[in-house]
Amino acid sequence: MSKLLKNRELLLVGAILVLIALIAWRFPPFVAPANLARVYNDTSILIILALGQMAVILTRCIDLSMAANLALSGMVAAMLNAAFPGLPIPVIILSAMALGAVLGMVNGALVWKLNIPPIVVTLGTLTIYRGLIFLLTNGKWINAHQMSDAFKSFPRADLAGIPVLSWLSVVMVAAMFLVMTRTPLGRAFFAVGGNPHAAVYTGIDVGRTRFFAYCLSGTLAGLSGYLWVSRYAVAYVDIAAGFELDIIAACVIGGISIAGGIGSVPGAVLGALFLGVIKNALPVINISPFAQMAISGMVIIIAVAVNARAERRKGRVILKKAEAV
Amino acid sequence: MLQDTTTSRMKPAIALEGISKSFPGVKALSDVSLSLYPGSVTALVGENGAGKSTLVKILTGIYQPDGGSIRVADTETTFPTALSAARAGVTAIHQETVLFDELSVAENIFLGHAPRNRFGLIDWKKLNADARALLHRAGADFDPTIRLRDLGIAKKHLVAIARALSVDARVVIMDEPTAALSHKEIHELYALVERLKADGKAILFISHKFDEIFRIADRYTVFRDGTMVGEGLIADVAQDDLVRMMVGRAVGSVYPKEDVAIGEPVLTVSGYRHPTEFEDINFELRRGEILGFYGLVGAGRSEFMQSLIGITRPSAGAIRLDGEILVIRSPSEAIRSGIVYVPEERGRQGAIIGLPIFQNVTLPSLSRTSRSGFLKLANEFALAREYTSRLDLRAASLDQDVGTLSGGNQQKVVIAKWLATKPKVIILDEPTKGIDIGSKAAVHAFMSELAAQGLSVIMVSSEIPEIMGMSDRVIVMREGRIAGRFERSELSAEKLVRAAAGITEAA
Amino acid sequence: MAETHLSPRNIPDRLEGRGVRLLKSWESLLLVVACLIFLGNSLASPYFLDPWNLSDATFNFTEKAMIAFAMALVIISGEIDLSVASIIALASTAMGYAVQLGFDTPALVIVGLSVGLICGVVNGLLITGLGLPSIVVTIGTMSLFRGLSFIILGDQAFTGYPDSFAWFGQGYVWWVFSFEFTLFVVLAVIYGVVLHKTNFGRAVYAIGNNQTAALFSGIRVNRVKFTLFLLTGLMAGLASICLTSRLGSTRPSIALGWELEVVTMVVLGGVSILGGSGTIPGVVLAALIMGMVTFGFGLLNVPGIVMSIFIGLLLISVIALPILWRRARRRLAH
Repeated sequence: MSKLLKNRELLLVGAILVLIALIAWRFPPFVAPANLARVYNDTSILIILALGQMAVILTRCIDLSMAANLALSGMVAAMLNAAFPGLPIPVIILSAMALGAVLGMVNGALVWKLNIPPIVVTLGTLTIYRGLIFLLTNGKWINAHQMSDAFKSFPRADLAGIPVLSWLSVVMVAAMFLVMTRTPLGRAFFAVGGNPHAAVYTGIDVGRTRFFAYCLSGTLAGLSGYLWVSRYAVAYVDIAAGFELDIIAACVIGGISIAGGIGSVPGAVLGALFLGVIKNALPVINISPFAQMAISGMVIIIAVAVNARAERRKGRVILKKAEAV
Repeated sequence: MLQDTTTSRMKPAIALEGISKSFPGVKALSDVSLSLYPGSVTALVGENGAGKSTLVKILTGIYQPDGGSIRVADTETTFPTALSAARAGVTAIHQETVLFDELSVAENIFLGHAPRNRFGLIDWKKLNADARALLHRAGADFDPTIRLRDLGIAKKHLVAIARALSVDARVVIMDEPTAALSHKEIHELYALVERLKADGKAILFISHKFDEIFRIADRYTVFRDGTMVGEGLIADVAQDDLVRMMVGRAVGSVYPKEDVAIGEPVLTVSGYRHPTEFEDINFELRRGEILGFYGLVGAGRSEFMQSLIGITRPSAGAIRLDGEILVIRSPSEAIRSGIVYVPEERGRQGAIIGLPIFQNVTLPSLSRTSRSGFLKLANEFALAREYTSRLDLRAASLDQDVGTLSGGNQQKVVIAKWLATKPKVIILDEPTKGIDIGSKAAVHAFMSELAAQGLSVIMVSSEIPEIMGMSDRVIVMREGRIAGRFERSELSAEKLVRAAAGITEAA
Repeated sequence: MAETHLSPRNIPDRLEGRGVRLLKSWESLLLVVACLIFLGNSLASPYFLDPWNLSDATFNFTEKAMIAFAMALVIISGEIDLSVASIIALASTAMGYAVQLGFDTPALVIVGLSVGLICGVVNGLLITGLGLPSIVVTIGTMSLFRGLSFIILGDQAFTGYPDSFAWFGQGYVWWVFSFEFTLFVVLAVIYGVVLHKTNFGRAVYAIGNNQTAALFSGIRVNRVKFTLFLLTGLMAGLASICLTSRLGSTRPSIALGWELEVVTMVVLGGVSILGGSGTIPGVVLAALIMGMVTFGFGLLNVPGIVMSIFIGLLLISVIALPILWRRARRRLAH
């Protein structure tokens, strides 16, 4: 059990492989490399979002506003494109990310400077951000024909046989891995969530670290906003409604403790992939796509139960004879 | 102690002068001064609430003083953040080993100042190698890559000390470092303090234990009610003088044990065992008796007591109360049968600091103060008034939140809460841990009074003077088993320590 | 210590009278806000003060408020239940299914309440039995319960509820007082009494403040928590009956996003999201405020989503303002 505990990610890899094997048994074409690549591509946005949510959850906070942030940033990106079709795509992406970062900073500042519980802050900004989309558009949609071809084709563009969207998520995963393991900020996320009191004595500003976590999740939500809108070629008030819970689910499945301080980049990625595999597999093995929600619900519950078992610390052993074992 | 004469001529590593700090309604520190010298241990003593922890927080940059100056190596400075204090070489090792369970030992040592490579990224190889070297200097040789959660509390202390060495600290603050350590671990800690001294660190040592102060400190500073009331060389002072300075008044006997006629057996415990925590626990508790349970921290005393009230389940064993066999599966059943347990961790297990005093007191007795499930506030206030006045509680009103009281008064509320259930047996786990001498005496006096009224008391304590001063009989536990039984007449500190540490007479 | 030479017997029960405490309370602030909104609405629209219009307006909060009462207890105890809206969906689906089997109104009510109870039991067992964090468990059951509705219904809808069933969501007890509003008032009184006047309510506060100390004090923590999740499930079942009856149909997306609105209502009512404090009168006032804002904006033809911005801002500002106020006062004092 202690081996398993240390290899939470390995356990998850095993679970995903078993899942894929089961699907392959019912529907062999699923494991064709091209199809697996398609599944990954389809999960890319969820992976990027889960990375941001992971940073926030590590610091003992939560970001319920990520999907609303995505929708608002995505809408602004689409509006920019519709208004100035000549605007280069990188500029649009950067503006979406910048807007996302600002929205994240609003969350972070409220948590940091006013000490409002994160769940309340992001519950509030969740409705505010979505409402802002309505104010911005009066409820109108931006459809495919209003978007430039470059805007729509960028994430689909082929680079070495793999779409740019997939590449982007790979780059984000690598970058986040670097941030989490090799920078003081990344380690501060763990410290703040693991023991906020001690973090203060270590010279880490708990509030500011949380602020940066929200900036990160906001920026990634902004990026995902552009990716979502261009991929599905439509932007309206309700895109990605309820997706915030899928993001949290991916993190929970990936072994990121909701109590903070425990988690990893591979965990978040694997958690998102697990959901992605299920979502893509259901239609091919003739299970109604309507079952997806119930299945991910079950998976969340099982994942949290398994994680809780692994996290539960062994009681102090006082008797000598038991220690000898 | 040879250095003591030299310290007066040395320049202090850090000097606080005229420091004041107020909080709404409280003057925590007024005009205090403190100098710490390289290669010297200064003991800071004072009752709880004397301002020691406020001073530590000012030294480590958590709080900002309202007035006064801080000089490091003769340069006036300020610590606007914890980071700035750390950069100036001030490091603190705290009572509850405050480190990060989920991070590796090496990371705990270097968090906030990890070595980086030329890209500005953390250099893990160097980090682990440096950590190994620092652990070695601290006298520890375990793998720096393992997670902190896999270490025992003493080893965590070593990690904290390695951390202090890593920042090249000039000033090391040790805030009750031995509070959670066993006998052996404490001696290892003393050795470390000697090593830090030899390294030329200035050490501030905060402790309630006089024996250790006289053993390792070179200088002392006494705080009372937020002011500095005395300082000097340990060699020039006697224990009684320190106590007098701390308390500022003559203390009556801290251990007012009355002789009580011991009655018939009330509680009989036989064959109690648990798979990992204790076994073969047999004893009788009689009416009017105070039965002391002595042992080192981690000997299984609290675990056993908690199994008596149904927090954990024993794997075998029986309890008889007044001759009848009892099965206790939960604290509520224990309370109903008349056995209550006043837990050791006041803040976590005892007081509910967000609720008012009267609600704390009546919580286990609600079935008595209420009528068919509905609250009767008048009854609650009456019950709370009765028991808090018996314990000489100091508070502005019974509707005041318990969190606003001092530690000693919180403990009085907690004890009142349990007494209000009218128990037959009361188990007090470290009843005076971390409370000031005045409150300590009040708790002890009340304990005697209870025994005189025919209540049976079990007192778990790790303080030898308290055990010897208050108990009619003492049971010593070691590693989950009973290691000795002593009548009051045959008690001696040496016997208790030998039994608790497992040293046989022959050896 | 020197300044507090109180003789122990002189500790008074309370320093402040009931009136002073009431004046300083969160609830009186909410009451002022509620009055201002009422006043603003009556000035802004001539249709607002019509009793039947007001009565209609109550429907936009009564169902959520029923759940909010139970949710308030859950949050005070330091937990949360995010699955309530999904329980509504599942209970509604079950009732729709029962209609297809030919069940009549009384049986439908039993089905709705039982499904709510069963969902509550599932949550309660996972949280108290296995000791899992409620926020994650109920995010899971939130997907699970609504997912089951999707499996049963797909993109279909159940309709054809018996005429007598319509009374719960559309009927009136007396004059302008609908069944739902009457139920809201009755439940407000019951929950108020349970939370503020009984041993059970005291246990809820104790658990929310310090679970371990409550356990040591002989409170059956798990039993109380289990009961609370059972109650939220039951209330969600009850709300489901009212909502289904009012709409006359069931889709799997029924009551989507309500969990957040219910939590908002509870927090707006002054219940600490961290547990340990809050009152039922506060929740009642929050429900009235949210209802009046929705209604007032509706009269002014403001779209629903704009009103959700307002609620979001309200949620953050009601918590932020007292903090800013305290800070400003401290700065002035210096």
